[in-house]
Amino acid sequence: MEYTLLILLLPLATFLFLGLVGMKLSERTAGIVGTLSLGLAAVLSYVAAWQFFSAPRVEGIHPPVVAWNFEWLRFTDQLHIDLGILLDPISVMMLVVITTVSLMVHLYSFGYMKGERGFQRYYAFLSLFSFSMLGLVVATNIFQTYIFWELVGVSSYLLIGFYYTKPEAVAASKKAFIVTRFADLGFLIGILLLSYFAGTFSFETLTSGNASVFAGAAGRTFLGCSVMSWATALIFMGCAGKSAMFPLHIWLPDAMEGPTPVSALIHAATMVVAGVYLVARLFPLYYFETPEVLVFIAVVGAVTSLYAAVVACVQTDIKRVLAFSTISQIGFMMVALGVSGMEGHDGLGYMASMFHLFTHAMFKALLFLGAGAIIHAVHSNEMSRMGGLRKKMPVTHITFLIACLAISGIPPFSGFFSKDEILAAAFAFSPWMGWTMSVIAGITAFYMFRLYYNIFWAVPAEQEHEPHEAPGSMTVPLVILAAITCVAGFIPFGHFVSATGAVLPIHIDWRVAGLSVLIACLAIALATCFYRKGTNSLPDRLEATFPRLHRAAYRRFYIDEAYLFVTRRIIFGGICSGLAWFDRHVIDGAMNGLAWLTGRASMAIRGLQSGQVQQYAYVFLLGTLVLTVWLILM
Amino acid sequence: MNFLSLFVAIPLLMMLGLWLSRNMGQIRIVMVSGASMLVALAFGTLAAYLSARAAGDTAEMLFRADLLWFAPLNIHYAVGVDGISVAMLILSSLIVFTGVFASWKMDPLPKEFFLWFCLLSVGVFGFFISIDLFTMFMFYEIALIPMYLLIGVWGTGRKEYSAMKLTLMLMGGSALLLVGILGIYFHSAPEGAPLTMNILEIAENSIPMSAQRLFFPLTFVGFGVLGALFPFHTWSPDGHASAPTSVSMLHAGVLMKLGGYGCFRVAIFLMPEAAQELSWLFLILTGISVVYGAFSACVQTDLKYINAYSSVSHCGLVLFAILMLNRTAMTGAVLQMLSHGLMTALFFALIGMIYGRTHTRDIREMGGLMRIMPFLGAGYVIAGLASLGLPGLSGFVAEMSVFVGSFQHADLFHRVLTLVAATSIVITAVYILRVVGKLLYGPVVNQNHLALTDAAWFERISVVTLIVAIAAIGLFPLGLSDMISESILPVIEQLVK
Amino acid sequence: MEIKMEYYLVISTIMLFAGIYGFITRRNLLAVLISVELMLNSVDINFVVFNRFLFPGEMEGFFFALFAIGVSAAETAVAIAIIINIYRNIRDIQVRHLDRMKH
Repeated sequence: MEYTLLILLLPLATFLFLGLVGMKLSERTAGIVGTLSLGLAAVLSYVAAWQFFSAPRVEGIHPPVVAWNFEWLRFTDQLHIDLGILLDPISVMMLVVITTVSLMVHLYSFGYMKGERGFQRYYAFLSLFSFSMLGLVVATNIFQTYIFWELVGVSSYLLIGFYYTKPEAVAASKKAFIVTRFADLGFLIGILLLSYFAGTFSFETLTSGNASVFAGAAGRTFLGCSVMSWATALIFMGCAGKSAMFPLHIWLPDAMEGPTPVSALIHAATMVVAGVYLVARLFPLYYFETPEVLVFIAVVGAVTSLYAAVVACVQTDIKRVLAFSTISQIGFMMVALGVSGMEGHDGLGYMASMFHLFTHAMFKALLFLGAGAIIHAVHSNEMSRMGGLRKKMPVTHITFLIACLAISGIPPFSGFFSKDEILAAAFAFSPWMGWTMSVIAGITAFYMFRLYYNIFWAVPAEQEHEPHEAPGSMTVPLVILAAITCVAGFIPFGHFVSATGAVLPIHIDWRVAGLSVLIACLAIALATCFYRKGTNSLPDRLEATFPRLHRAAYRRFYIDEAYLFVTRRIIFGGICSGLAWFDRHVIDGAMNGLAWLTGRASMAIRGLQSGQVQQYAYVFLLGTLVLTVWLILM
Repeated sequence: MNFLSLFVAIPLLMMLGLWLSRNMGQIRIVMVSGASMLVALAFGTLAAYLSARAAGDTAEMLFRADLLWFAPLNIHYAVGVDGISVAMLILSSLIVFTGVFASWKMDPLPKEFFLWFCLLSVGVFGFFISIDLFTMFMFYEIALIPMYLLIGVWGTGRKEYSAMKLTLMLMGGSALLLVGILGIYFHSAPEGAPLTMNILEIAENSIPMSAQRLFFPLTFVGFGVLGALFPFHTWSPDGHASAPTSVSMLHAGVLMKLGGYGCFRVAIFLMPEAAQELSWLFLILTGISVVYGAFSACVQTDLKYINAYSSVSHCGLVLFAILMLNRTAMTGAVLQMLSHGLMTALFFALIGMIYGRTHTRDIREMGGLMRIMPFLGAGYVIAGLASLGLPGLSGFVAEMSVFVGSFQHADLFHRVLTLVAATSIVITAVYILRVVGKLLYGPVVNQNHLALTDAAWFERISVVTLIVAIAAIGLFPLGLSDMISESILPVIEQLVK
Repeated sequence: MEIKMEYYLVISTIMLFAGIYGFITRRNLLAVLISVELMLNSVDINFVVFNRFLFPGEMEGFFFALFAIGVSAAETAVAIAIIINIYRNIRDIQVRHLDRMKH
């Protein structure tokens, strides 16, 4: 399957081409070049997926294929960074997801970004992102993952800051990069620790589940935790940064300053799930070596999910609502991985996580692209500037509704199936976790329908221009994604992806499913009665009853403020300014002081060198006399 | 005489050519042709080196030549190169080449400027090809002295102060170094045998431990001053800030590498036992350099100061990696020298170009330049990304080699220091993005800047050359890193001896 | 009466110390020059006297004295030329005031 290299090279070539000569091309040509090359990559991915999954199983699993692997940089004889392409169920699945969503976004951007300054640059960056993301998922070793991990970070930085004359966009891009960089430091240290003990970067060895690989780490502890726990927890820190887990989530809501299609591609469907993907990739390592870290991951996922869901309920910017919903859904995926086992039905969580990743990518991209169409029409992100759009934008309305139903977990849409599996896995882990996640699922349904009603129903806001349906290039991707959302749930996902690779038959546990559907329906009903007319005063009254709570949730529980305090006051104001002062005044002062001292000393003794010959003669004479007397006395 | 001497001869010939030149056109012809020859020669040396190695030549140093020039102290003009010197020669020639284009419109006294510039190149190239301690030291001094005039005459701002400070501090280092070199010389052979200045010959004997203990710190600090070793780094911000563009490029790009190269080639190679014994002390100092420089860079407002502090941090990492005393980390150190040389030269070139237009280097007085000068802006972003270690550019390869190498030490001390040093990648991201955000993005701060133009053709040559070199190392590091790593081997053998 | 060698030496010693005293204390360049001449001449006397009394048959002392006189004449000429030039330039030959080259 050597041709899979083209899936990576096509976007890379497009990036280089558009980056170097893009400004000389017309917008149309640049867009077509970018879209065509990505379309080709998508087709190749589908072919690869088909070929991979249609190949006969060996010992019940689809054998991983290493299509390419060459040495890129050698550190020591054992430790070398290879660049390669590893095809296994999850990477193939990711190839399909990424190229599909990316293709949709490329198409959609034709309409959305039309006439924007830097259109060519935009397509170049999209290609760069696609390349990096594809490279990340097919990595054969953890260092390759890290390389592409950084590259997606930079593409994300460049795309968030696409409107670089807007200070908010610049600030958001900076924040996104630095927060994820901080997390990546953990990732890097984790890699260093892991590779030191395992003597390799290769996933094949790391995830073999063979305890002897890490024999060197046995019994070694640091600050009371085993070294392996540190290593895997630090790697998870990288994942948490990329996947916006609490408390490293702060960059994602701000990242919405980027163009909306970018938010759909990077900050909803693909890059932010890289963390989930990596945990899944290293799942055997977590499961066999450090199960306690897996529990930690589940707890972090649940906390994040709850936090983000609560915050999403009170946001008024539609992209922010979607951003928090993304964080919350990624939390679901993390929980699923955290509660998962390995063999047979224990591995349900793993499968569910990947399944949810897949369905979520589709419906969340759909939601963002729909939001983009709405923003395009009303020129605002604020809910208050919308309302009553269902008649004016019918296609957007229907597709958005489908996505809302999917994320709320209403059958037969795709989200129902994947979320149901997650809940089943959570209940199997502990009832406590199951109930928590069910409640969060209910909150999800509530805030999504709050969003939906505020946009499409409620009281229409005054508009300067009459909103109208988006052009064809934007609605076609919406329809395609909606179609996928409708049918994706029926994919027998367990046949393709599971923790061990063996077939995991899915059967819906109707006790769990019934419960979750019931909760979702209740939440939707509540949202309907609150927001459908837009005249119900209950939400305002609730807000007035709990002003503190509302305000705290609206300000995201002051996490950003805490970060700002730490970075601006302590790090910048304290450490950096302090060190700069220290350098100028103490270190440099010491040097200048030395020079000053030398100057003063020479001033003090320059009197001896007066230039007066007579004085010299006098001293000379005295010296001679002393010498004479001394010699005589000797 | 062998062809390595051409590295010294070409700049000398360029000086002759300059002396005969009558106008700016002729000066440019001399400089461009000379610099191109140097680049060609450097790549020719690389080709010759690789083919000699491929042919199975396993000598430590290739293309050796020897000429006695001061018999009483047994001082030879001895030359020879290994993979590390070849890499450094390529770096130097590229920076001299781009420096010529960066000072295309030198004013005033262009002829004198380039004369000193060439003399500086003589010193730099001579240093990298020498394998005789004293000749090496002589070239080292030749490289340092012109700096005083180049900054003092052609600089900006507090140039006299900076030039004096830089020269005095570096001379102070030289003084220690001279003592160190003489110390090595007088212990270079066992009792009764003739003393030698030749590095390879000294390496075969071992210097007594008592002498090593004394002279290792002297030599290391002596070279370390030039490599911006904390706390002897303060010449760097002032010096860089006052120096003219191409001098900053050459100084940060190449001269600071003399320090790292010297520490490696003289201090550690000749005194391995003391290096092992005393490395902890210098590791702490360099570890401080790395983090301290990065933190200090975060709050500077002058573009050159930011870059100077960033150099303190990056060069600190070079010395840090050298002191880790293992093959991977040392390879990383050499890669970091290359990478830092190229990207800091790119930074200084771009800063010079921006300064030449806006007449300010204060980031508070600039903003939104990306829209006005997209080429320079994009160049700055690329330099920034290289600096913060983006994969695909040179910084990543170097930093990762350093960190992976340092982490191979199993004890807590080395590991904790590695972690401390690794935090610099986050801080670097902070200050780089801060500058990029303020300087290039956002609204245009000064409306007069709207009338400014983007880079001219000669500026583009300089920027593009450097970017291509940075990307080449970043994308295809294997050959280079193997070449360097192979040449590290003799040092490692010394260490385990 | 016989004139002993000591008498000459006493005179020359007085001359020498007079010269030294003058050299150190005088502030006028010409006076300083005269003091230098005094010292030189005292030394010449010593040469001649030692030759005359200690090595009667030899001539080295006389010749040395002659050389010294010649050299001191030349030196005086140069010194006076310098002094005149200084005077022309700054209208002053007081030693204390001749510090312009220093600053």
